Amino acid sequence: MFKFLFESDTWQEVFDSFSKNKLRSILTMVGVWWGILLLIGLLGSARGLENSFNRLFGSFATNSVFVWGQSTSKPFKGFQEGKQVRLSLTDAKKVEENVEGIEFVLPRSQQGTSVTRNFLTGSFQMAGDYPLLDQLQKKKLIHGRFINQNDIDENKKIAVISEDTYKQLFEKDEDAIGKYIDINGINFIVVGIFEVGNINMGPSTDIHIPFTTFQQIYNRGDRIGWMMITGKPEYDIKQIEEDVKLLLKNLNNIHPEDTRAFGSVNVGKEFKKVTGFLIGMQFLTWFVGIATLIAGVFAIGNILLITVRERTKEIGIRRALGATPFEIKRQIVLEAVFLTMVAGIFGIITGGWILIGLDAAFGQGTDAVIVNASVSIAVVFIALIILVILGTLIGLIPAFKATSIKPIEALREE
Amino acid sequence: MLEIRQLHKSYPIGDSSLHVLKGIDLSVEEGEMVAIMGSSGSGKSTLLNIIGMLDEADSGEYILDGLPIKDLTEKKAAVYRNKFLGFIFQSFNLINYKNALENVALPLYYQGMKRKERQELAMFHLEKVGLANWATHLPKELSGGQNQRVAIARALAANPKLLLADEPTGALDTSTSHEIMAFIQQLNDEGKTILMVTHEEDIANMCKRIVRLRDGIILEDVKVTQVRAEQYV
Repeated sequence: MFKFLFESDTWQEVFDSFSKNKLRSILTMVGVWWGILLLIGLLGSARGLENSFNRLFGSFATNSVFVWGQSTSKPFKGFQEGKQVRLSLTDAKKVEENVEGIEFVLPRSQQGTSVTRNFLTGSFQMAGDYPLLDQLQKKKLIHGRFINQNDIDENKKIAVISEDTYKQLFEKDEDAIGKYIDINGINFIVVGIFEVGNINMGPSTDIHIPFTTFQQIYNRGDRIGWMMITGKPEYDIKQIEEDVKLLLKNLNNIHPEDTRAFGSVNVGKEFKKVTGFLIGMQFLTWFVGIATLIAGVFAIGNILLITVRERTKEIGIRRALGATPFEIKRQIVLEAVFLTMVAGIFGIITGGWILIGLDAAFGQGTDAVIVNASVSIAVVFIALIILVILGTLIGLIPAFKATSIKPIEALREE
Repeated sequence: MLEIRQLHKSYPIGDSSLHVLKGIDLSVEEGEMVAIMGSSGSGKSTLLNIIGMLDEADSGEYILDGLPIKDLTEKKAAVYRNKFLGFIFQSFNLINYKNALENVALPLYYQGMKRKERQELAMFHLEKVGLANWATHLPKELSGGQNQRVAIARALAANPKLLLADEPTGALDTSTSHEIMAFIQQLNDEGKTILMVTHEEDIANMCKRIVRLRDGIILEDVKVTQVRAEQYV
């Protein structure tokens, strides 16, 4: 029954009727062409945006939460309300050991300080950090290196400074690596310069020095500023946050229901909002694209229905010459499928051009808004299959209309 | 060749019905050339349509070449039309976006013949009607007489047992009419059975037999001496 699909004659007939009625056919196709163009264009752009988000967040462990100490809001175990809570390295260690699903716990300390070099001076935010920071929150180093384990072990007086810090403390084009800067009266060697990224989680930092060095020069002992906790990908970061807080309250003699004692920022939650938005946008894109596509296919069905009326006589002639109703239906359905397919393929091609255009206009450089705007081959195939199905279904209406007229009535029409 | 017995046909008109054919008996032998005459409303076109399987009788028998034609499904009718019958219409009924050759080849397409074969065969028939040089022309680029000749070639293409012509000269001027009639006579000479509806006396006289209809019954059925059309051309 479907052998005809592979016969060149069948398609020759369809192609004839198409090429001899070009204007009509082209006008018919505009709807579907537009639909698929929108679908491809929108899906590609949505993907481009997603890619750009992923690139921004890519350098960042998104499944993480920051926790720091504040002051208590409830008296507990003889302690008054309003007790200052300070986190310690022991806390960090206990958290890492006891809370389920944790990948890393990174203690950090930060403080504002003034820095001098020769006659230039400025005040900066300086943090004590472990090398792990570079892994969780990728530092874009322009020159030199980040803090390493050796620096930690030996309490080295080295500093990794931001590009802005460099600009304030050094002359233009001056090589900063290996040079000394004066932090709070202590000389530090600059070992690296980093560029501040687009997305910065937690307080911004101008200067990173080894954590151990920081603790030493500020006499912090065991106390840390805050901790950055990263969960394993398969664990819910919200649950981890709750578990961590409960454990910390336990360790620090704080009422379990005290909500003020610890402050936190849940990066994972924020990130989910963004990805949720992206998913929503993709859903919207599909919805709009498919709806437009359906409207376009209906337009084709509509016009075919009109042309079937117009072609009543032709159909009558064909039937008088021995075309069976099935052959007539088949041809009209094939014409519908052919039109939708050609329109669809043109739509995909022009949609592709639009994506190329978008890429050329917005997709270049490292801070591009749209990165690699594209649609996958699977999507293209799905779209084409949908088109064939819709085209067939919509072609059935004029096809049945065409054969519902008796050949004699069709021929009688002058 | 063709046997019709007690054929009745009526069309519903509103609540009542119009009895168009009131018991037609007709027998046509192979090689005959029959003109069916009658004023409009006499039922001649209806009769031709029933013979052409474009319409179905309410009652009565119709046997074509020993094959009873009854209870036709649309599909069966289409196959029979394609195999047994060639149609020539007053208004040619060519497909306007297909050229002469493609039009002639169309019945062969529905026979399932291969493209190359059917084009050759169509070309053969176009040559026969003298239009080989016009094969690639569209109907609108041809004169009325030429179009009717294309239509004749198309009717012949599937090598039908019976040629049915509905006012074949109705849309043509006199000299072209004679040209077409001369051609149809020639086909008859070669042995084709031809059934023609006309209301022109001189055209009818170019056939070998005239069947006159009035109000749905056969008024007269006579053999006539054929007037050859060549003499007017």
